[in-house]
Amino acid sequence: MALSYRRSRWSNLLFVTPYLVFFFSLLVFPLIWGMWLSLNKVDLFGGERFIGLKNYFRVLSDPVFAQAVKNTVVFVGVSVPVLVLLGLFLALALNKPTRGSAFLRGVFFSSSVLSVTIVTLIWRIVFIPNDGLMSVIFHYFGWHPIGFLSTQGWSLFSVGVATVWWCIGLPMMLLLAALQQIPKDLYEAAALDNASRWRVLTRITIPSIKSTIVMVAIIQIVMQFQLFGQAQLMTNGGPAGSSRPIVMYIYETSFVRWDVGMGAAASQILFFIILVAAMLQYWLTTRKGEK
Amino acid sequence: MASVSYSPESLTSNRRLFWLAAVLGVIMMAPVAWIIGLSFKDNADLMRSTQTVFEAPYTLVNYFNILTSSNVFHWFGNSMIVALGQTAGVLVLSSLAGYGFARLEFPGRKILFVVVLFGLAVPEQAVIIARHQMFNWLSLLNTHIGLILPNLSSAFGVFLMTQFFRAIPKEIDEAAMLDNASNFRIFWKVLLPLTLPAQATLGIFTFLQAWNDYWWPLISATKTEMYTLTIGIASSQTNFAQSEGLGFLGAQAIFASLPVVIVYIFFQRYIVTAVSGGAVK
Repeated sequence: MALSYRRSRWSNLLFVTPYLVFFFSLLVFPLIWGMWLSLNKVDLFGGERFIGLKNYFRVLSDPVFAQAVKNTVVFVGVSVPVLVLLGLFLALALNKPTRGSAFLRGVFFSSSVLSVTIVTLIWRIVFIPNDGLMSVIFHYFGWHPIGFLSTQGWSLFSVGVATVWWCIGLPMMLLLAALQQIPKDLYEAAALDNASRWRVLTRITIPSIKSTIVMVAIIQIVMQFQLFGQAQLMTNGGPAGSSRPIVMYIYETSFVRWDVGMGAAASQILFFIILVAAMLQYWLTTRKGEK
Repeated sequence: MASVSYSPESLTSNRRLFWLAAVLGVIMMAPVAWIIGLSFKDNADLMRSTQTVFEAPYTLVNYFNILTSSNVFHWFGNSMIVALGQTAGVLVLSSLAGYGFARLEFPGRKILFVVVLFGLAVPEQAVIIARHQMFNWLSLLNTHIGLILPNLSSAFGVFLMTQFFRAIPKEIDEAAMLDNASNFRIFWKVLLPLTLPAQATLGIFTFLQAWNDYWWPLISATKTEMYTLTIGIASSQTNFAQSEGLGFLGAQAIFASLPVVIVYIFFQRYIVTAVSGGAVK
């Protein structure tokens, strides 16, 4: 921008104006209006009455919300480590310039391009009691089949299986890219020392990609906190609310019970949680840059 | 551990790891193979037992039914209109804005760009309720335009294109400036052709996102004839297994994923770049 004849002009604003119109009307404005709605009692036909923080108190004292938070935290706490560790394993196993590795990378990433409704349709058919693929396998081994989607304790687990199946491609690809950045001379030095594979893995490989592992974990935390479609379509949050996540609570409150103000309050709470995670990501990645 | 001449690859991975991954790959594909098998079976056979999938006869009747008697074909059309509309819109808006932010000076440029970057951090659920009220008020629910518009505000494309324009050497537009070309001419004739790889990445990314979008179509397209394929497939899941049969559901799943699978097979490299870039930002 140092060119002397490239002056600041109002007319140059025309290039960014079309996008900014959409940005302010469909992102900034709804964001602010959503915050305003969360402070109002809103009825179905758009009547609004200011009630301060009352919606927030209602959400925070709602046992259904408390259970949704607990479900979501459990879901994130289990699915994210599985995604990171499995992704790391696949990245290590498939970090080779062979055709077989490339093919398997393609296989593990392929599910990522499917929509949530296809993923849940596939897994619902797999999990059908008696007739599903799981039941067929259980029968083959002589085990008693489980109603995966209709049993408390299994429903959230089954949603997690479908989610890991759907999301595993991204952690694998990000970790693979990091593995390929490791300088080769580190390994040559290890070879001279006759270091064992395990030592090389724990002393060179893992420390070299530590920041990427952290980044992948935070991306997954942010993504999995927003769990919605899988739970809604596979179990509808049940049985007895045991697999209802926060976003599904927001959806049901706003668009099924039409308690729009309360739904808006719940969505602001989730937004805050996600913002904290995103800031953590920013902080960790910039700190890496300083080092 | 006798061999000393390891390459980095052989250190981080060996044959046993590879075969373990291959076994996982087979497990990963088993549900897909199961669905494909079911989709080629007559629903009456499947009602007796799904284990008939392992033996003949196989049939195309489920795929035939999709093309003739169901809404699936119509929903497919809606999805195409929405996904292509959104992709075209995002490419145009992001290219213009990316050039503006990367190359031009105007009052408020820095602060506007920072505000747009903050837009990257806003998750859908923070805006979707107010958007629904807006679109209801504007009578845009259950319209194609209403399905297309919201994602045109996504900041990711602008961010990506700005980065890309910045990476183009300045000498290229300086040469054009000496010829007294206008800013728009430089953008259109000189720089835009150089951004084709970025356009492809962003275009495929946007198309996939639009095709797979779930929450906004779920609440904004509530009439059966306005469903996108994603929502249509979801609606046929509610009366599961009883009415239409597993074979038909399986065929729907295969049919609905064909476009993205084809795009994936041909543009795998772009998709991996786009999806990874979209996550890291």
